[in-house]
Amino acid sequence: MSGVQSDESKRSTVSQSLPAQAVVERVLELSRASDCMVLVNENSTANLRWAGNSLTTNGVTRSREVTVISLVEGDKGTSVGAVSRSGLRDDQLAELVTASEEAARQAPAAEEARPLLAPEAAATATAAWDGAPASTDIGVFSGFAPALGGAFERSGAAGTQLYGYAEHTMASTFFGSSTGVRLRHDQPTGTVELNAKSADPAHSTWVGRATRDFADVDVAALEAELSRRIGWARNRVDLPAGRYETLLPPEAVADMMVNLYWNMGARDSFEGRTAFSASRGGTRVGERLAKLPLTLRSDPAEPGLECEPFVLADAPGRRISAFDNGLPISGAKWISDGELSRLVQTHDSAVLTALPLTPHTGNLILEEPKATASLEEMIAGTERGLLVTCLWYIRSVDPRTMLLTGLTRDGVYLVEDGEVRGAVNNFRFNESPVGLLQRATEVGRTVPALSRELGDYFSRTAMPPLRIPDFNMSTVSQAS
Amino acid sequence: MREIDHEFLSLPLRALADAALQRARDLGADHADFRLERIRGQRLVLADGSVESSGETDSLGFAVRVVHNGTWGFAAGTELTTDAAAAVAAQAIDVAKVASVISTERIELAAEPAHRDATWVSSYEIDPFTVSVRDKTDLLAEWSRQLLADRRVSHVDAILLQAKEQKFYADTAGTTTTQQRVRLAPEVEIVSTSGGRLESMRTIAPPVGRGYEYVPTVAAELEELPELLAAKLAAPSVEPGDYDLVIDPSNLWLTIHESIGHATELDRALGYEAAYAGTSFATLDKLGSLRYGSPIMNVTGDRTVEHGLATVGYDDEGVATSSFELITDGILTGYQRDRRISHLTGHERSNGCAFADSPATMPIQRMANVSLAPDPRGPSTDELVRRVDNGIYVVGDRSWSIDMQRYNFQFTGQRFYQIRNGRITGQLRDVAYQASTTEFWNSMTALGGPETYVLGGAFNCGKGQPGQVAPVSHGCPSALFEKVRVLNTAQEAGA
Repeated sequence: MSGVQSDESKRSTVSQSLPAQAVVERVLELSRASDCMVLVNENSTANLRWAGNSLTTNGVTRSREVTVISLVEGDKGTSVGAVSRSGLRDDQLAELVTASEEAARQAPAAEEARPLLAPEAAATATAAWDGAPASTDIGVFSGFAPALGGAFERSGAAGTQLYGYAEHTMASTFFGSSTGVRLRHDQPTGTVELNAKSADPAHSTWVGRATRDFADVDVAALEAELSRRIGWARNRVDLPAGRYETLLPPEAVADMMVNLYWNMGARDSFEGRTAFSASRGGTRVGERLAKLPLTLRSDPAEPGLECEPFVLADAPGRRISAFDNGLPISGAKWISDGELSRLVQTHDSAVLTALPLTPHTGNLILEEPKATASLEEMIAGTERGLLVTCLWYIRSVDPRTMLLTGLTRDGVYLVEDGEVRGAVNNFRFNESPVGLLQRATEVGRTVPALSRELGDYFSRTAMPPLRIPDFNMSTVSQAS
Repeated sequence: MREIDHEFLSLPLRALADAALQRARDLGADHADFRLERIRGQRLVLADGSVESSGETDSLGFAVRVVHNGTWGFAAGTELTTDAAAAVAAQAIDVAKVASVISTERIELAAEPAHRDATWVSSYEIDPFTVSVRDKTDLLAEWSRQLLADRRVSHVDAILLQAKEQKFYADTAGTTTTQQRVRLAPEVEIVSTSGGRLESMRTIAPPVGRGYEYVPTVAAELEELPELLAAKLAAPSVEPGDYDLVIDPSNLWLTIHESIGHATELDRALGYEAAYAGTSFATLDKLGSLRYGSPIMNVTGDRTVEHGLATVGYDDEGVATSSFELITDGILTGYQRDRRISHLTGHERSNGCAFADSPATMPIQRMANVSLAPDPRGPSTDELVRRVDNGIYVVGDRSWSIDMQRYNFQFTGQRFYQIRNGRITGQLRDVAYQASTTEFWNSMTALGGPETYVLGGAFNCGKGQPGQVAPVSHGCPSALFEKVRVLNTAQEAGA
């Protein structure tokens, strides 16, 4: 006998039997709006989380979200209504379409409204329209989990505690419009983070990687890097706040550059709201931002960092807009040879700013093509400076200068005469990524790098190490 | 009290729960719980009076969590059939089996009396989802037009977030709860970009667990916003140094959230969030002895206060919620806990701090409404200001950051008023205050009275992996802090 009383056991239950493609077609058939777009996102995830050399939580999920975007013509222009639902039954699609159309009728005309793309203007799908959604499950960790178990055993024997998280997601997105566009994209995303805390020496250090399928995750290599850093911590050096020559490894650079990228909206910049706004109006496109010939770019076809090559948005917006859905993305050089060259655009903002239409892209690469130095070689070339492996709790302080505050975490080291001498206390920093690009004096070789703080949301990044001559450590943090 | 919507009650809640829990039992689960949720969200964003973004979300799904041979297993699904519910339960068992290979800690839960057929609905008058989008956008657009009519205002951003959460929970111990709550967050910000400078000023009305009846009350703040912005633009840049601070509840709630709320989460203090959100300096060995703040400091965790964003009848582990002490007369006296952590630390019962932000996420320990009590005979904010010779009155929240053990923090605000000889002399620019948690709270020398008390809060407190967001409120009075370090943010940026 169940502990739950059942007075509804005879109630008919409900199902989701229509495949995603059929949902797209059904929604478009049901639509009575002037135009209609529909996105069906089929997501599956698997995750493992651990602490103190033991698994703590885990899970698998599978979900479908249907978004209907209705465009309704009125006296004052086109209004739009976007409604998303998950857990939707097949027999509720009509209700969802009606809700979207009602939202559009209630909304004022959208200033950025524009005709939807025709198939000939839209991108090419990256996956065959037909066929079941790509999916993942707990089996994706079949090789990783035993390796992790081995790491737990070795860490326990060494007096080290491992903490961390691994997640794998498969997202299949099906897009259809009343103008005849049909696009599908399957996106795998995976991350693994490993944090080691040792008692002797007392130290905490972190490594993280992005992966598409976990087949390339080398737990032993991650363990080795953690051990190397714990070894660096045998000496402890207390340093005061101040400006230090600082080596930022690729992961820390990713934290700062993703923040910068998220502030590259063209409309906001044109309106005077960002560090890329010109003081006399307009944007700073064309201005030199970096002394070094750095390039910050995005490319949906970047090997290992592949992402959707067309716009997929579930609502209108300033930075990415559903009115651009299906628009091809070929990537952009946001900063080219040190000069600000592009901003993140919607079709509407591109008209406003009279700049090329370069939509938001789901990856980010910072590079100096001629740079070859590894982080190790840059350490070897350092007379005295800090090696700051992780940044954390980064928040905007002043949007106009893009001043950010945050903390160092899980590994600050003193480098002297080309060698790591010991672990240093943590600091609070106040720095601007724009300022870092301006002041960087050396750049190394670009490698895939997972942002510690933002990797959960934006994991497809490749960054170089940077040397900053005067990184602003505002105060000492007692955290260890 | 309002009633739970019939539409939610008409779902096959108990049939699915029965199917899932029975399958879990059949497969050997020591414990199983079933949670079915519908969460509606609506987000309206207006830029300069035009709708920039208007979207609705509606998530419906369920999750099964099991303890099998001492290991967690969790799975979630969206197909509302008894077969699917049973299959998800079996999937959760499978996950537990895979996980058992690398689990060394045996999961056990603190006991909780069975709450059979319990229902709870939050306190509100008007369900925001019964108000038309047109009425809402018309109101925000009208506010925006009024503000844009002032030549000192370059841009107006108006945002209204609304959520309605319906949860059905059942477990193998016999608890069955059905709950519904609503919340909303209205916000209007004006921006000036004149002269190549960027400044903004935002309303300080907090997000609340109320209905749509709350939204029109924000209008009371709008009239003064352009003048406040103009004064900020004309204000001198602060001279960095140590100042006495009178901190308004509209700013102090966030300092409480970061430096007390998260620091007194026992899962953090025990290290379970070490790799991500972080740990806490307030470790378990300091319970009962840590001098957290001055003796006037009394802080509670609470999930029962009316209109609180974390307020609910039963948490996501079926635990009846309550109010409990965290800091008493300045000493650390308690923690926020869920059932696993409660058992692990020898507590007979959880104090009800488990929450999952969606049907697809596993409940984790989340924050109660953590609030600082006022002085029952305390002064007004004006009186606190009169006690200060050289200081700053801080109003409204803005930027925030704290380290992973909750020691070192830095906050800015919406506006900062210079205090000289007990009088406010005008605004200052470029202010941030920076301190270490216990140093800061031990510098608190006076609390405002009950009339200064405000329940502030946030819609989007983040924690956990996979990342989850939770709404939470923090009540506090105005308070006086002595000799707090103040930075000049323009100088920090290298100006």
